Amino acid sequence: MVVLRTTPEPISETAPARAATAAPAGRDLRLDLFRGIALWLIFLDHIPSNIVSWITIRNYGFSDAAEMFVFISGYTAAFVYGRAMRERGFLVAGARILKRAWQVYVAHVFLFVVYLAEIAYVSKNFESSLYAEEWNIFDFLKQPDVTLFQALLLKFKPANMDVLPLYIVLLLGFPAALWLLLRRPTLALAASAALYCLARTFEWNIPAYPSGEWVFNPLAWQFLFVIGAWLGVGGTERIAGLIRSRVVAALAVAYLVFAFAIVMTWYFPRYGYLVPRWLGDIIYPIDKANLDVMRLVHFLALAVLTVRFVPPGWPALDWPIFRPAILCGQHSLEIFCLGVFLAFAGHFVRVELSGGALLQLLISLTGIGAMILVAWLLSWYQALEGRGPGARRSPNADLAGGAV
Amino acid sequence: MRVLPLILAALVPLGPALATEDTCEAGTGLVPAEATLPRAAAALGERHSLDIVVLGTGSSALPGPAGDRAAYPARLQAALGQLLPGIALKVVPDIKARQTAAEMMEQEWQRIAEQRPALVIWQSGTVDAIKGVDPDEFRATLNQGVEMLQAQGVDVVLMNMQYSPRTDAMISIDAYADNMRWVALQHDVPLFDRFALMKHWTETGTFDLYDAGKNTDTAERVHDCIGRLLAGLIAAAVKQAPAAETR
Repeated sequence: MVVLRTTPEPISETAPARAATAAPAGRDLRLDLFRGIALWLIFLDHIPSNIVSWITIRNYGFSDAAEMFVFISGYTAAFVYGRAMRERGFLVAGARILKRAWQVYVAHVFLFVVYLAEIAYVSKNFESSLYAEEWNIFDFLKQPDVTLFQALLLKFKPANMDVLPLYIVLLLGFPAALWLLLRRPTLALAASAALYCLARTFEWNIPAYPSGEWVFNPLAWQFLFVIGAWLGVGGTERIAGLIRSRVVAALAVAYLVFAFAIVMTWYFPRYGYLVPRWLGDIIYPIDKANLDVMRLVHFLALAVLTVRFVPPGWPALDWPIFRPAILCGQHSLEIFCLGVFLAFAGHFVRVELSGGALLQLLISLTGIGAMILVAWLLSWYQALEGRGPGARRSPNADLAGGAV
Repeated sequence: MRVLPLILAALVPLGPALATEDTCEAGTGLVPAEATLPRAAAALGERHSLDIVVLGTGSSALPGPAGDRAAYPARLQAALGQLLPGIALKVVPDIKARQTAAEMMEQEWQRIAEQRPALVIWQSGTVDAIKGVDPDEFRATLNQGVEMLQAQGVDVVLMNMQYSPRTDAMISIDAYADNMRWVALQHDVPLFDRFALMKHWTETGTFDLYDAGKNTDTAERVHDCIGRLLAGLIAAAVKQAPAAETR
């Protein structure tokens, strides 16, 4: 299921390559680790009614793996393309970023075709007196002329296929954002925050097909991406004191506990009365599309505590037990696509076998196993082609990487 | 939403639950027990009558000649008649397939205002999710609808979408389900969480909803359970309401 050749772009870069070329700004393995974990969580969440997904963070707070993914992607993109922009200029770095956006687009179209195949199959076997209403989702198969074009324009996005379009738009805007981040980082962050506020206040979003707007509003979610990028180009040193502060840690813990309590009242409606009305009026609705402040703060609280307990160069990062997640995080585009594909496949298996919790556990474990195996294979290919540890990127690698 | 079945499975004392013949009991923990319906309770107290309108889309009905009698509005009437004996009870289904919440409001509100029922069960969400209506607009419609009904002295129970394992990954319902919950919270309106119930039944093996397609019997039993649990919610709520007022 390798759609794209692995190129030494930020998302698929191997850690040793970075460590070997630039010792002071070596790649932070923590990013790979947590992105790998985020990819597993996204996979588990994408399998419908998967009993294993009760472990995923979205069940215990406001934010979920999407925040992790966008934040870390922003951090890594700034780290890698930032150096390219410093060393080789705006044009070269910008061109690389746009090439990456194209790769993500191709990956999205591939996944869309997989989705079409699955939904077409399900629609043939879906006669139901109970679900006459749900049958209407197959309507779009009746007018492929419109639907396929809208899909290529990224306006028609089936369920669970919203992350890559968001990432494409974020990458398209990134050359300009990075240019400013390298010159006036604080100004860039402030501009991003301003756009976030404006988009939320005036409800700016990109229209979707057949109606509504994007499920992940890029104008709002760019803020988290830029926060990551700002930290990736040196912001971490500026806020080091803040991260070490006990007050901040205590506030973060308090907020996480609060979020946990609120989320529990969703699962146990009979305790819903414990949430006072005025509080409900303030916090609801928690708007995922526009990256609600409640979600953003929840993620930042998680991040602050994570950085506190998992410091840079944490010795345990070399433990074999973390190796699989790190491997997956280092090939995140491929593994993300594989995860979506496997979630489809897992759903398929469940529909056909209609098994219980054991089957769900088996599907989840098999899927994560497949993700690890493919990530390992991708690293192996990289090493094979001389782009592994220590090897500098050859001009041909970029050319080859563009071919699909 | 997904952690729930596990915890519930641990909480529900298995022995007695298995001993009873009533399969619907497996879902009672998911139905709000402390709901109040003060307007419906007042109508019951003053007129000894309870007029209910079920405002819904395709999933509030079953096809076929026996569909009307087997669908949950009819089952609700039967079950509620037993729980509240001696009451003039009327359940009127007002089903319009493929209508979004906004379309439903536009077309049916006038009629409901004329009928002046004591209670409206408003089933919605699936069509909006399939058509991709902006969740904010969906919430605004629900808010407006609930406020209008309450202003006219009509109580509301919101009912969310069905759980459909085959199409689960294909319809993004989370945003719509969340918004329905928040509207319910904000207006003190009970939410009948059909989605969580049906999911719970699938996970505990009460009903095989993967196979429900070809099996009309399963469909009818699911509707029967929904009708009975809904009746339990309404009966408890109209009995609790006066006590809640004096408090």
